[in-house]
Amino acid sequence: MFGHAPDDGDESDETESSCGCEAGSGESDGSAESRSTSEVRSDGGEPSDERRPTSELCSDGGIDADVPGDPGSAGGAGSHPSSDDEFEPVQVFPDSTEQDLRPGADSCYKCSTCDTNCPVAEVDDEFPGPKFQGPEQWRLSRDDAPEIDDSIDKCSNCMRCDHACPTDVPLSQMHNTARGRYVDDQLSKLSIQYLRKKILSNYGRLGRLGSLFPRTTNFVMGNRAVRWITDRTLGITDEREFPEFATQTFRSWWDERGGAQVQSEDRRVAYFHGDYANYNTPEVGKALVRVFESFGYEVAVPRQRCSGTPMFANGMLDDARRAATVNVTEFDALIEEGYDVVCSCTSCSMALRQEYPELFDIDGTERVAANTYDAVEYLRIHEDLREELADAETDADDELPDLAYHAPCHARNQGLAEQALEVGDAVEGVDVDDVGDSCSGISGTYGWKSKHYDTSMAIGDEMFDHMEDSEAETGMTECPTCAMQMEHGTGYDVRHTLELLEATLVGEGEAW
Amino acid sequence: MAIESDVIVIGGGLAGHFAAIAAADAGKETRLVTANQSTLRQASGLIDVLGYPPAAAVGETGTGDAAGDHASDADSDRADADDPDAVGEENPNAVDAEDPRPDAPFRSGPIVDPFEAIPELPEGHPYERVGLAAVREGLATFDEVVDGYVGSHTDANALVPTHGGVAKPTARYPEHTAAGLASDDRDAVLVGFETLTDFDAPVAADSLAAGGVPFEVAGVTVRFPGDLRADAKATRYAELLETDEVPAPKAADGGSSGAATHASQGRSCRAAIVERIRRAVGDVDVDPERIGFPAVLGEERTAEARADLADRLGVPVFEVPTGAPSLPGIRLEHQLGDALRERDVRVADGRPVVDVSATDGRVGHLVVESAGGSTVPMAADSYVLATGGLVGRGIDADRDGVREPIFDCHVPHPDDRYEWFADAAFGDHPFAYFGVDVDRDLRPLDAEGEPEYANLHAAGAVLGGYDFAAENSGAGVSIATGHAAGSAAAEGS
Repeated sequence: MFGHAPDDGDESDETESSCGCEAGSGESDGSAESRSTSEVRSDGGEPSDERRPTSELCSDGGIDADVPGDPGSAGGAGSHPSSDDEFEPVQVFPDSTEQDLRPGADSCYKCSTCDTNCPVAEVDDEFPGPKFQGPEQWRLSRDDAPEIDDSIDKCSNCMRCDHACPTDVPLSQMHNTARGRYVDDQLSKLSIQYLRKKILSNYGRLGRLGSLFPRTTNFVMGNRAVRWITDRTLGITDEREFPEFATQTFRSWWDERGGAQVQSEDRRVAYFHGDYANYNTPEVGKALVRVFESFGYEVAVPRQRCSGTPMFANGMLDDARRAATVNVTEFDALIEEGYDVVCSCTSCSMALRQEYPELFDIDGTERVAANTYDAVEYLRIHEDLREELADAETDADDELPDLAYHAPCHARNQGLAEQALEVGDAVEGVDVDDVGDSCSGISGTYGWKSKHYDTSMAIGDEMFDHMEDSEAETGMTECPTCAMQMEHGTGYDVRHTLELLEATLVGEGEAW
Repeated sequence: MAIESDVIVIGGGLAGHFAAIAAADAGKETRLVTANQSTLRQASGLIDVLGYPPAAAVGETGTGDAAGDHASDADSDRADADDPDAVGEENPNAVDAEDPRPDAPFRSGPIVDPFEAIPELPEGHPYERVGLAAVREGLATFDEVVDGYVGSHTDANALVPTHGGVAKPTARYPEHTAAGLASDDRDAVLVGFETLTDFDAPVAADSLAAGGVPFEVAGVTVRFPGDLRADAKATRYAELLETDEVPAPKAADGGSSGAATHASQGRSCRAAIVERIRRAVGDVDVDPERIGFPAVLGEERTAEARADLADRLGVPVFEVPTGAPSLPGIRLEHQLGDALRERDVRVADGRPVVDVSATDGRVGHLVVESAGGSTVPMAADSYVLATGGLVGRGIDADRDGVREPIFDCHVPHPDDRYEWFADAAFGDHPFAYFGVDVDRDLRPLDAEGEPEYANLHAAGAVLGGYDFAAENSGAGVSIATGHAAGSAAAEGS
């Protein structure tokens, strides 16, 4: 990597610590020349500030590592002011165990590519864009940092800025962290805004209740009057229909069938289904189980909570940490036993792979991140999926419709935007048509807020147009909220890529 | 098992795109892997082939470092902005007003016909490696794949004014810039928007005038209709100009209306702009026969926006290419992305290549990192390395040396790092030439001059032997070598 002094790591213990002032020259112009002028003596090694892959950025004390007064513990963030008379340009890093994201901010050379990728900034004049909410705000933050600008609440956490940045600035990590601070420090716990965040981000709790009496809940929540009331009181839009709860949850189906039907010593996957596949679309979870079992995998379905995605997006980081702790603990134990983790929802896999290590310091986080895969990606790596699909005997021509595929932003961020198209190529008789690289606009709970509904639909316009242009009249995507938006904007039935695999390889599943 | 294809291209810039297009057109199943999103958003959208002779070539004719200085002026918009003296009497704009395209190449000024100059390039220059025919093939592919560009009617360079008020010698340019050429003698007014500070129209106009363009030119600055924020994004201007909407005023409570996308009923953004321009033009002495805007006239429906503005203004309208982030770059990115999709090239972006396996002098497979640090093996018969140069991180440098980080290909450079640069800021810096050496099949060569791997080809800024910024050859080299490397990779697979 250009501008990365390879010896930083070796020298972090002594005078050559790459201090904050140096990191400024690091990424954009780290010529040999600038390195030598940047050897300004600064006490207090700050090992966290050398450029590292985002995934490593926060192993040293996530925002929750609030152990006071022990600078040595959580990753050496303790920088002591110099006690002698040596030149001290500025004490950049505070005495704190909190993670410091400014070095990442200094990799930003303000090319603004992130801003041009932001779907919100393009349509909303009140949002200053990811560059401001990310590196610009962090770069300026000191001990006496001003309040977080409340426009942070307009970020939809689509994470396109991460993907856009040519120098790997951890933008979404900055946004998530800032949003957490905003909610903790600046938002009244008695406000409607806070209550709405609490409700929307803890969907799993609602889901558990709703699934006890799914038909009643669906009836009540489908009632326009109820929706009108939630709109006016909670600011949850009445333009959308609440997702229906399934009459049987995935987990109850799993228990009823007696758990795993295939045993294997060396082919083992632990399924992270998340809340939505459990309460609302169990057919996706069933498809995953049947497809993996058809390849001879032993599937485990451990105890789990929400991935935390809606909690990050709403700044409810304490809630997210509690959920993440359960998930990391449970799945890490299975990884010990030789399991890999697979997810059916691309936002869940994003959370386990990227957001957990960026935000939390839970034992096992890194290992879970490095062993988690999108379910289809996993099959593509470990099986000859293309061959299997091509050889499948299903008469897809008759049974399966052509599909208008939307790649969720969180799939795009994992480099998986075109994976479903390749799967489609291999299935004879099915055309999978890409509806373009625009964001669907719903971004999880974002488009559920009355105040964001119009923005959400404006962002989605491009995708709706492309879906209408496509010959296919059934949609396909891997993200449940993108699916809601696709259905909402076009009225199409929307299915999951795993369901296509199931129909082709196993011949079971929901009718098409 | 590895995810397989015939050809894998690493890199998502112009070189990577054209390598993938060439390989796919040769019938190969092709995959493009890139560490981050394509960087075409940072490209001006202009396709330069060779704007200035390389410093070395000029040195032979005795003009020393002058070419380097000139070229830097013309190319680097940042240099323009920071250094008003860049536009002086030696300015490359100072072409003969009577004859903007003289028939002999300038010694140190802009090259008139790059195709005449290319055969004269020194050994080791990427164009010398692939040969003139390959350059023409690359451009022919560009013309075939990309719509809405002008310049294929002639071999001569056009002089396209950029936002610093300097004309860039360019082989192909978007049709939206065509009415703005510096060789055109129609009087022009440049229009800037108050909040779009990247383009200062009066300064750009003064620079052009100082450069001796054969027309009268003035700049005016108007306020953009609606209540745009002071740091509104280029894409926001494009969206409003394209949809012809004026954003509604902010909600009275100072925030949270969220309905900012809803246009004020019945107000046309473009009509309001035209109204303001009419008033502003009254204050300058130029009676415009054409009017230039910063290149934000829409993202997908630019032709419509530009035609409507021209209609309302009664004179032709053109775009002046800006720095990053650039709408012409974004439009080019869209077109090339479509070209890949049409050819069933699969793109995995956001995926850095972190390791390589090789046996018997051949690359076996790549190890590609996914989110969270998990890795995915990807294998192909042939590979194209198109990861960019020092800025694009295809070449890595530190105090100890210069290297190519993925395959560890040999990058020739002096041991003493004080020999890496020239003293003058715009001097002829050796580091600008750092990159891999290649044979005529564009295979990177080791220190002994032998191919590093039989099935690896390189293209674009990762190549050594040229200074694209000084020569104004970045796009042309990427397209020509990308196309050639993609074809060579296809042949080997």
